Amino acid sequence: MAQSAVPSAQQSRPAPVRVPVREVVPWAVLAAVLGLVLIYFVGAEQGATSLFGGNWVHEFTHDGRHLLGFPCH
Amino acid sequence: MMRSLLVRGMLVGLAAAAVALAIAWIYGEPQVGHAIAFEESGAAGHAHHGAAAEHAEEAPVSRAAQRTIGLITAMGFYGVAVGGLFAIAFAFAYGRLGTLGARATSALVALAGFVAVVLVPFLKYPATPPAVGNPDTIGGRTALYFSMVALGVLATTAAVIVGRRLAPRLGVWNASVVSAVGFAVVLAVVFRLTPRPDAVADGFPATVLWDFRVASLGVQIALWATLGLLFGHLTERSLARRPSPEAVAA
Repeated sequence: MAQSAVPSAQQSRPAPVRVPVREVVPWAVLAAVLGLVLIYFVGAEQGATSLFGGNWVHEFTHDGRHLLGFPCH
Repeated sequence: MMRSLLVRGMLVGLAAAAVALAIAWIYGEPQVGHAIAFEESGAAGHAHHGAAAEHAEEAPVSRAAQRTIGLITAMGFYGVAVGGLFAIAFAFAYGRLGTLGARATSALVALAGFVAVVLVPFLKYPATPPAVGNPDTIGGRTALYFSMVALGVLATTAAVIVGRRLAPRLGVWNASVVSAVGFAVVLAVVFRLTPRPDAVADGFPATVLWDFRVASLGVQIALWATLGLLFGHLTERSLARRPSPEAVAA
């Protein structure tokens, strides 16, 4: 009974194989750190907060910042 | 598996940024130009007129550079960042949304990502062209904007989790409707209660503001649509080449 139920369920439409959560987490940390640093420099550096002096990062990313929807100035 | 997903996400993000860049040049840049012309005409008889003039005089980066290499760099970095985070979201969702395959999962994750990261903040704090927004309030507006992005991500994730929990009891359709209604109610309440520090300069042309915002939304739609469709296509193809569970787990 149980043996016959398993193959028929798989035949109809098998769920795709999941990536285990503990395998995703280290890569998630990497992508989050990298992604947030990039988004910070594109979207916010030398606007509300400033790590480098001057305003060249702000001016350089100016058009992208406006068009991507970040508050610019 | 994860390494190739992440690399693919970042590369597809770069490709998506190229498509978004084309939209930005065709539809966005003319509006940025009109807004800067307004700003420099001095028609902004407003508190930030001084800041606007200073902005024009001391510019360390020329307009030509802002329009080309600056915009290309900003879009490229943004695309890579979003593509990488998208690949992680896909890895969490794949195999956990019923029996949806790679293409459908990718398209849904992109739709959810667009709603969470772009649409939710846009509805309350829409993109603003140059000369719109008081520079004195940039700190508060930036904090509110990023809080709204965080809320969009949290609310969308919660809606997906609640929908999955309710699905066995209510069926997939009803569970999706219930969680979507809950999502809308939560956001409607938050939108009503949050402050709106947006300042449109007197005399700023309404058509430029409208066209700029539509262009900005178009840039983001192009980016997320390319990301969702291309990533799904490539992932489906690569999974078909190695269908055994051992290969996927490796």
